[in-house]
Amino acid sequence: MKLSIQVNEGPYNHEASVSALNYTKAALEAGHEIFRVFFYHDGVNNGTRYTTPPQDDINIANSWSELADKHGLDLVVCVAAAQRRGIVDEGEQERNGKDGNNIAPGFRISGLGQLIEAGIQSERLVVFGD
Amino acid sequence: MSILHTVNKSPFDRNSLESCVRLAAKGGAVLMIEDGVYGAMKGTSKSDMVSNAMKDLTFYVLGPDLKARGVDEGKLIDGVKVVDYSGFVNLTVENDKVQNWL
Repeated sequence: MKLSIQVNEGPYNHEASVSALNYTKAALEAGHEIFRVFFYHDGVNNGTRYTTPPQDDINIANSWSELADKHGLDLVVCVAAAQRRGIVDEGEQERNGKDGNNIAPGFRISGLGQLIEAGIQSERLVVFGD
Repeated sequence: MSILHTVNKSPFDRNSLESCVRLAAKGGAVLMIEDGVYGAMKGTSKSDMVSNAMKDLTFYVLGPDLKARGVDEGKLIDGVKVVDYSGFVNLTVENDKVQNWL
């Protein structure tokens, strides 16, 4: 089945990001197709490559990137939510005159239309958040 | 048509479980995850609400989240079914729609 995931909460807030990650892994293991993972609100904080949690702690951002690399996931960060929270890719860096970028591998910044499309194209949309 | 409802907050923190139980249509499934698993415990002020709703709804609880909180399965309301993440995925597939109460 074609599934999409929405993540509304940042990593290390409560548990939603880890729940979403575990759910995505389980869905892939069961042979389902993940059409897209959309990061909205504080969820965009999953998409920075600069997180450095303690070594015995899960690195949530890296886990998404690894999963995207392994399964070709489409990890989309909401642009308006990202701009507010300082999640920047090369395009945004140039457009907004920033001195660097921090988007994690496998993530891309795009608009809310991507969430709507995911809702239409997928048979189920599962939302994790606060 | 059946809907899977997920509840991720404790019923002692938010009223999402209460809203879900009140509004979910007959034949639906309710999965308690994260702090929502506290809603599956017997002997609390919310237990009767869940037990009484069982005539219309099927209740599930996410096992790994129970374990993370040290809640023994023996402390669950009779009739609540424990699932793992693959069971969670199956529930989303088996039901026609998913409603996440956030």
